[in-house]
Amino acid sequence: MLLYAFTWTEFAQQLAAGIREGAIYAGLALALVIIYRSTRVINFAQGEMATFTTFIAWSLMNHGLSFWTAFPVVLVIAFAGGVAIERVLIRPVENAPVLTIVIITLGLALLLNGLMSVIWGGANRQFNGPFSTRTIDVGSVPISVQDIGIVAVSVGLVVLLALFFRFTKLGLALRAAAVNPESSRLAGIRVGWMLALGWGIAAVLGAVAGMMIAPVVFLDPNMMQTILLYAFAAAVLGGLDSPIGAVVGGILLGVTITLLGRYVGFIGSTLKLPAALLLILVLLLVRPGGLFGRVAVRRV
Amino acid sequence: MSVLELHNVEARYGPVQALHGVSLNVGDGELVAVLGANGAGKTTTLRAISGTVRRSGDVVFAGRKLPRRPDATARAGIAHVPEGRGTFSELSVWENLRLGAYARRANVKQEAQRVYKFFPRLEDRRDQQAGTLSGGEQQMLALGRAMMARPKLLLLDEPSLGLAPIVVNQIFEALARMKTDDGMSVLVVEQNANLALAHAARAYVLEVGNVVVEGTSDELRANESVRKSYLGY
Repeated sequence: MLLYAFTWTEFAQQLAAGIREGAIYAGLALALVIIYRSTRVINFAQGEMATFTTFIAWSLMNHGLSFWTAFPVVLVIAFAGGVAIERVLIRPVENAPVLTIVIITLGLALLLNGLMSVIWGGANRQFNGPFSTRTIDVGSVPISVQDIGIVAVSVGLVVLLALFFRFTKLGLALRAAAVNPESSRLAGIRVGWMLALGWGIAAVLGAVAGMMIAPVVFLDPNMMQTILLYAFAAAVLGGLDSPIGAVVGGILLGVTITLLGRYVGFIGSTLKLPAALLLILVLLLVRPGGLFGRVAVRRV
Repeated sequence: MSVLELHNVEARYGPVQALHGVSLNVGDGELVAVLGANGAGKTTTLRAISGTVRRSGDVVFAGRKLPRRPDATARAGIAHVPEGRGTFSELSVWENLRLGAYARRANVKQEAQRVYKFFPRLEDRRDQQAGTLSGGEQQMLALGRAMMARPKLLLLDEPSLGLAPIVVNQIFEALARMKTDDGMSVLVVEQNANLALAHAARAYVLEVGNVVVEGTSDELRANESVRKSYLGY
């Protein structure tokens, strides 16, 4: 049901906007997957962790740092914070039932949310991003520099991470510890520290997503809550176990909901989330493991 | 000089005691076998050494008390090929080999070439997911990973289990080479006592968590009760 006049230019713009949305979901979904793979837990604090680090960026910029100076500083802080959270909050309950750890991440989300309100107040804040909002023509389609920048940074980070996981010794050890902790220990890997590193990396992914999206929306303690829901949906869509799935799922979800919201009249902006979830539900009925989720092949 | 000494080692799984004070030693460059029936504590002995089961008593490795954490044991120079081989089935053959050398600085490409010389099949299957290998190939991979580690001591659990004789031969040939090339010592648990005694210098026989007989392979072959219970002739 097309209610509006359709032009290819607008379609391309919507597509670009969808990819930008999707890149944010992809980053956060990847963070969820990295933690899920090693601890079998959905980190419900992922959104608040991201927002918290974005506030730190905001404060640094308020003290006169430029965005690109604050950016690496925030990434280091995020990484250290992620590692610290694992060591202090998750480690002691490592062998507890999954539900216990889930509750702890929920508690952490509430704690961080409260802390943000105390430190920075609950009001919306303008966050000045690094990219201009003017448009440039790509082909004949005007697309905002900001959208291109967000996608480039998010995708760049994902590519870097993929190279790290695939080609470095530490990256391989991280993957090994996630799939087979017992054998990893026998290979000499400090599995506990690998889990902590995973949290650190997830926190960095969140921080980047936060700093990228904050200029588009406004910065407030609840900024990431809806986005986290989409990221969760994206992770499930890709197959919770698959990092590639998280990225593909994120982009796919971003594009789908943007196009649905624009072109399917009754959905608009209010029904986007339920529509997306319905689509995922249908897909999961057909492919219970998600798009990329697979069961390890094993021959005995 | 012994590279490994166990003094009165006990181990338990919850309330069940599996080892009741096992003492044994492995000499430098020596291949020693642990024999015994199912449930005698053979696997547990290896696990007690590598720290994958709770233990008490002293384990001395290269003159020093061994820590009880498996990752620290590995870094100390002990490679443990456990029951079920400890393969990372989701990762590729090449990644499994890289993980073999994790605990030390090494030129992994060059080290892998050495493994491929013994087991050319692994080179053919380099990029294949390890879980899709046949049983024999998986055992080759397990030993290949141990080779990559260049350990001072290799703990090997049932290397012949479920394998064709030709593969078993290949495995033991590789083992012999690792011993002479690297001066590595081996403690091997084996259900097949004939096979084990053919390759080992000495052996220990375990029964319900105790060492009941020990001696050189010749002595054990000459021992009436060992012959009846374990060698079947």
